Amino acid sequence: MKVLVAVKRVVDFNVKVRVKADGSGVETANVKMSMNPFDEIALEEAVRLKEAGAASEIVAVSCGVAACQETLRTALAIGADRAILVQTDAELQPLAVAKLLKSIALKEAPRLVIMGKQAIDDDSNQTGQMLAALLGWSQATFASKVKMDKDSAEVTREVDGGLDTISVRLPAVVTTDLRLNEPRYVTLPNIMKAKKKPFETLTPEALGVDVKPRLATLKVVEPAKRKAGIKVADARALVDKLRNEAKVI
Amino acid sequence: MTILVLAEHDNKSVRKATLNTVAAAQKIGGGIHVLVAGHDCAAAAKAAAQIAGVAKVLHADAPQLDDEIAENVAALIVSLAKGYTHILAPATSNGKNVLPRAAALLDCQQISDIVSIEGPDTFVRPIYAGNALATVKSSDPIRVITVRTTGFDAVAAAGGSAAVETIAAPADSGLSKFVGREVARSERPELTSARAVVSGGRGMGSGENFKILEPLADRLKAAMGASRAAVDAGFVPNDWQVGQTGKIVAPELYVAVGISGAIQHLAGMKDSRVIVAINKDEEAPIFQVADYGIVGDLFQIVPTLVEELKEQELKK
Ligand SMILES: Cc1cc2nc3c(=O)[nH]c(=O)nc-3n(C[C@H](O)[C@H](O)[C@H](O)COP(=O)(O)OP(=O)(O)OC[C@H]3O[C@@H](n4cnc5c(N)ncnc54)[C@H](O)[C@@H]3O)c2cc1C
Ligand SMILES: Cc1cc2nc3c(=O)[nH]c(=O)nc-3n(C[C@H](O)[C@H](O)[C@H](O)COP(=O)(O)OP(=O)(O)OC[C@H]3O[C@@H](n4cnc5c(N)ncnc54)[C@H](O)[C@@H]3O)c2cc1C
Repeated sequence: MKVLVAVKRVVDFNVKVRVKADGSGVETANVKMSMNPFDEIALEEAVRLKEAGAASEIVAVSCGVAACQETLRTALAIGADRAILVQTDAELQPLAVAKLLKSIALKEAPRLVIMGKQAIDDDSNQTGQMLAALLGWSQATFASKVKMDKDSAEVTREVDGGLDTISVRLPAVVTTDLRLNEPRYVTLPNIMKAKKKPFETLTPEALGVDVKPRLATLKVVEPAKRKAGIKVADARALVDKLRNEAKVI
Repeated sequence: MTILVLAEHDNKSVRKATLNTVAAAQKIGGGIHVLVAGHDCAAAAKAAAQIAGVAKVLHADAPQLDDEIAENVAALIVSLAKGYTHILAPATSNGKNVLPRAAALLDCQQISDIVSIEGPDTFVRPIYAGNALATVKSSDPIRVITVRTTGFDAVAAAGGSAAVETIAAPADSGLSKFVGREVARSERPELTSARAVVSGGRGMGSGENFKILEPLADRLKAAMGASRAAVDAGFVPNDWQVGQTGKIVAPELYVAVGISGAIQHLAGMKDSRVIVAINKDEEAPIFQVADYGIVGDLFQIVPTLVEELKEQELKK
């Protein structure tokens, strides 16, 4: 069974992003970039499926600028067998990414696509669902447990009320939640090995996909700051403030 | 302009998130239709018809629409889409699961998690864990939108008298089957709509220790929440997680106990009206957003806080 994993290069989750002075976006020059944490989880899941004998090959895909190569090298070091970069400098919105991934999925014919439930930069939480829609495949979002069967997968999903379990027919798209697994660290020998693994670069044009954005970003601003609060000495002082100043109790 | 709102419901009643989403639809302007899709959900459809400002309720009732199966609900939305300029759903786990699927089938780029409306095609949404707000303008013929419920004050659940129209559902896609649900039962108010929230973090030390927060939550009539660290450690269930990748809350009062205040956590609660933090580390970032902070050991402070609240109540 072939597994496709989508990985996105994003601003590292530890970075406190700054909005550009001209309001055109956030500062991403000279900022540490990493693989989207949910995509690390997606990759880890694929590697575990392979280690358990349920998957035969893992193909990692990223869409974006040339520097996404780094993210894909990391993916190869974690355990992907091959990497595909769909290289473009164009701004990619989720529908466009889903269309690119669809064309890759049609070429590669995986039984399972695993991706993050959301990217921590744009926080859209769309791409997996869109990919499943465009392929006409089943979807299992926000997964915290995946159990593979021959023609189906049983997936436990984190939902607002607790946990839902569904059974999806393969091929399927699964998106990962935080508690699906704990990704392994990349080791130096594996980074070296990754350099020898196959790496293919494609373009949206070659795939025949129109990636024109549908949303124009008019401006990006910083949210209003909360005004600094105060420290109070003890519980009694706190109750007094909550009652008489904030009037919330 | 006519707007379709996907109702969040439990077949018997509509959830509050629906009321916030109708509020967003009112801000856009135009006729508002509410879609109630489920199984044996006539009671929910009737409740939806009472919502203030709703012109029509579309009631789709079929076994394949039960349990929020995304493939079937998305197909239903797509079958209705032609008549609408906007399709809205609350950014709940159900809305987030279903709506992007419908958007892609309509070849529309969804706009996720809007917090305000600048015009019929222009919306504001948080990005980067709420550290930036982007104003985006859509060029799609149908605007498919999920609504952050904390961004819009709920409309009244009563006062309306919309007509209920029964509509047919597309056949079961056969792609997904519901297997089971583990519902965390609680007598407490629901986390995303509670007036007050008491959340615990890694500083609680164990699931057992969360018990000391219960009397506090009782006094404040609060829902209980948690940081990711507390959920990952298995102290409390996953549906308690507040944050960028958990639930977004904005209660009148948010009490953070033993939570450091990582940006991913702040993303889920920093729009609360009043924030209280209890943490032994006076440098903890949570104090930068807290209106009132107490530096000290939570295992001492929380019980005395409960005593103080009791005393105050007796004085009243
Ligand atoms: C140069 C440039 C400038 C941009 N400027 C803006 C801007 O100003 N405003 C704006 O709103 N957006 C901008 N974007 C797009 C934005 O950063 C997101 O890439 C896009 O909106 C997708 O949203 P998301 O990642 O939140 O999707 P989600 O649906 O949250 O992503 C979920 C999952 O989809 C997969 N995925 C998503 N993207 C990719 C990818 N590229 N490759 C592989 N897998 C992927 C991953 O598995 C990810 O975990 C820009 C992009 C580029 C390249
Ligand atoms: C992709 C991604 C998504 C994430 N999403 C979320 C999310 O949605 N929500 C979320 O919460 N986090 C999220 N996180 C995790 C986040 O980065 C932090 O790791 C997490 O919020 C820390 O939880 P905490 O504050 O409970 O733990 P810690 O940071 O360990 O803080 C514990 C605090 O307790 C205090 N403490 C300890 N003992 C006591 C005591 N006896 N009395 C008083 N104070 C005490 C300490 O001083 C400390 O400040 C995410 C991370 C990533 C990478």
